[in-house]
Amino acid sequence: MWDYSDKVKDHFFNPKNAGAVAGANAIGEVGSISCGDALRLTLKVNDDTEVIEDAGFQTFGCGSAIASSSVLTEIIKGLTLDEALKVTNQDIASELDGLPPEKMHCSVMGREALQAAVANYRGEEWKDDHEEGALVCKCFAIDAVMIEEMVWANKLRTVEDVTNYTKAGGGCAACHEDIEAILEKVLKERGETFDPSAAPVAKPEPVVAKGPLTNLQRIKKIEEVIMSFRPQLMADGGDVELVEVVDKTAYVNMTGACNGCQMSAMTIAGIQQRLMEVMGEFIKVVPASQMPKLVTIEEASHA
Amino acid sequence: MPDIYLDNNATTKVDSAVVDVMIPYFTEQFGNPSSIHRFADGVAKAIKKARSQVQELIGAEHDSEIIFTSCGTESDSTAILSAIKAQPNRKEIITTSVEHPAVLALCENLEKEGYTIHRMPVDKCGRLNLEAYKNLLSDEVAIVSVMWANNETGTIFPVVEMAEMANAAGVMFHTDAVQAVGKIPMMLQDTKIDMLSISGHKLHAPKGIGVLYLRRGTRYRPLLRGGHQERGRRAGTENTASIVGLGKACELAIEHMEYENVQVKAMRDRLEQGITAAVPHCFITGDLNNRLPNTTDIAFEYIEGEAILMLLNKAGIAASSGSACTSGSLEPSHVMRAMDIPYTAAHGTIRFSFSRYNNMSEVDEVLKVMPSIVATLRKLSPYWDSVNNCPVADPEQAFQPTYA
Repeated sequence: MWDYSDKVKDHFFNPKNAGAVAGANAIGEVGSISCGDALRLTLKVNDDTEVIEDAGFQTFGCGSAIASSSVLTEIIKGLTLDEALKVTNQDIASELDGLPPEKMHCSVMGREALQAAVANYRGEEWKDDHEEGALVCKCFAIDAVMIEEMVWANKLRTVEDVTNYTKAGGGCAACHEDIEAILEKVLKERGETFDPSAAPVAKPEPVVAKGPLTNLQRIKKIEEVIMSFRPQLMADGGDVELVEVVDKTAYVNMTGACNGCQMSAMTIAGIQQRLMEVMGEFIKVVPASQMPKLVTIEEASHA
Repeated sequence: MPDIYLDNNATTKVDSAVVDVMIPYFTEQFGNPSSIHRFADGVAKAIKKARSQVQELIGAEHDSEIIFTSCGTESDSTAILSAIKAQPNRKEIITTSVEHPAVLALCENLEKEGYTIHRMPVDKCGRLNLEAYKNLLSDEVAIVSVMWANNETGTIFPVVEMAEMANAAGVMFHTDAVQAVGKIPMMLQDTKIDMLSISGHKLHAPKGIGVLYLRRGTRYRPLLRGGHQERGRRAGTENTASIVGLGKACELAIEHMEYENVQVKAMRDRLEQGITAAVPHCFITGDLNNRLPNTTDIAFEYIEGEAILMLLNKAGIAASSGSACTSGSLEPSHVMRAMDIPYTAAHGTIRFSFSRYNNMSEVDEVLKVMPSIVATLRKLSPYWDSVNNCPVADPEQAFQPTYA
């Protein structure tokens, strides 16, 4: 079965904050019974300080769904609502020492329940912004819905295109048959036919830098490259931001849905590759969480 | 207490008597059965013996009707692809909505190539409508492929009767019998079944060995060509040790057939009666009056199967589930969906499948832990009212999460 971390097992076997909070004033209900997981998050929020004083979960779901719910309640207790909203599914997964790619949606469900609960408290309506499809690429955890959307949006024609735009199929290549099936379907809907030998559409090429750059130009350029990854990450509820550049190291924050332990490493490797191609120099991309300490602007510019 | 294995429909332990007969074919008699020297002289004879042991278990008329393959899936693919290749003008296939993926996924693929696939639905007890089946039979149909017994619920289909009907309409009939062979008696020579699939590891033989039964005279096209093995019907050097092992396993299955249908059945019955008596809001799926003696599939409402399995595993009990999460898919088992089991129950189905290696004290052990496992998870469930210890009133209405 799944290779769950000890932390996942611990939160499953000894869940924290199970059950509904008495007198809750923020409730978030998300999930899908057809997919087999659903979560109700109940919070007791201090009306003056907006601090989450208590959190409880009720989950219908598998081991990692229950563990994600449990760890979420532990993370957010004591935070203000604004602080809690900064919690990403990545944070939930990291706190559990990672989740298998097929199970990342459990951490997404946790984040969404939190958003829904905060919206409920503030009297807003919360809408889910993405649909989940069957997992196609297991190396990079890309599902069928995302591939289909990218094929539509960018008029993709070949498996290579799909890999360029979504990373799907760029690992072990076992899913190429499934990707071809999606291409066949979408192209048919567009009134075209799938031709495996068709010329790929243009790669999403970033602008190539020329000449020596000032520090500011260099950082701007690096940010531009990183920004070019955002659409594909955001399409699945994820995101990336440049936090700091120190010498030949770019520190980034990976947030949101489409990256877990393993996948985020792959994404970072992809960004690094593109950065080096564009900048024409060696640049190492590192998660901001591994930044040794806060670096002052002076230190950075002297580096 | 040692761990309790109740997942015998997934695979079985290789019987030690089977292991014993296999060993010499790795060490001494390792020759190629086609060779003419002393390293091989016993091998061909051993294969012949194994063939007759399989023949006896399924009641085939001739031992040449037994073709050794690598697994049940290969046998299924060989049967269906043979039928369509031998009858290129017939473009329809009849099967059921609850087949194993070995058949369903192949049919789905053939559908893309232009074949019309009739997937017969089942009722809430997993039964087929034979009247509707009769209406589907025509000279457009290349083959009917219907499982003998369902792997999840154990429900037995009337394949003998259905083969008669197909035969009367001039249509080939194949049955995936990997769950049935060795658990219920069969006499193929008295039936009109043309092809039948067996998987060794479901009956205490090793993995990697299967059989396709091919009635003499059935039009046939091999899947693998390239050698004279199996009379040219399945090329490739024989998996000698496993063939010998399967033969022994078939012999043992005949010896234990009564035990399987009396003692093993008694264990299964006691388990399901005990669970349904002790745990509220659970029910047995499938055709209760017409099932394999070793299988029970119980739906525990308002909780999810993988979570149940993890707690069972912690208690040293191995079973399996039809939930989506155990397979990494988005939907619960297609068998549960076909029977129209509601999602709140389909995700919580647990299959317990016994073998002759189980005993009654293991049943008692499961009965001891099951109620508290279910109660623990229900306490976490948004569909369960922990205060009154019952489902929330109108669960699907009370909890309507935003789809994520």
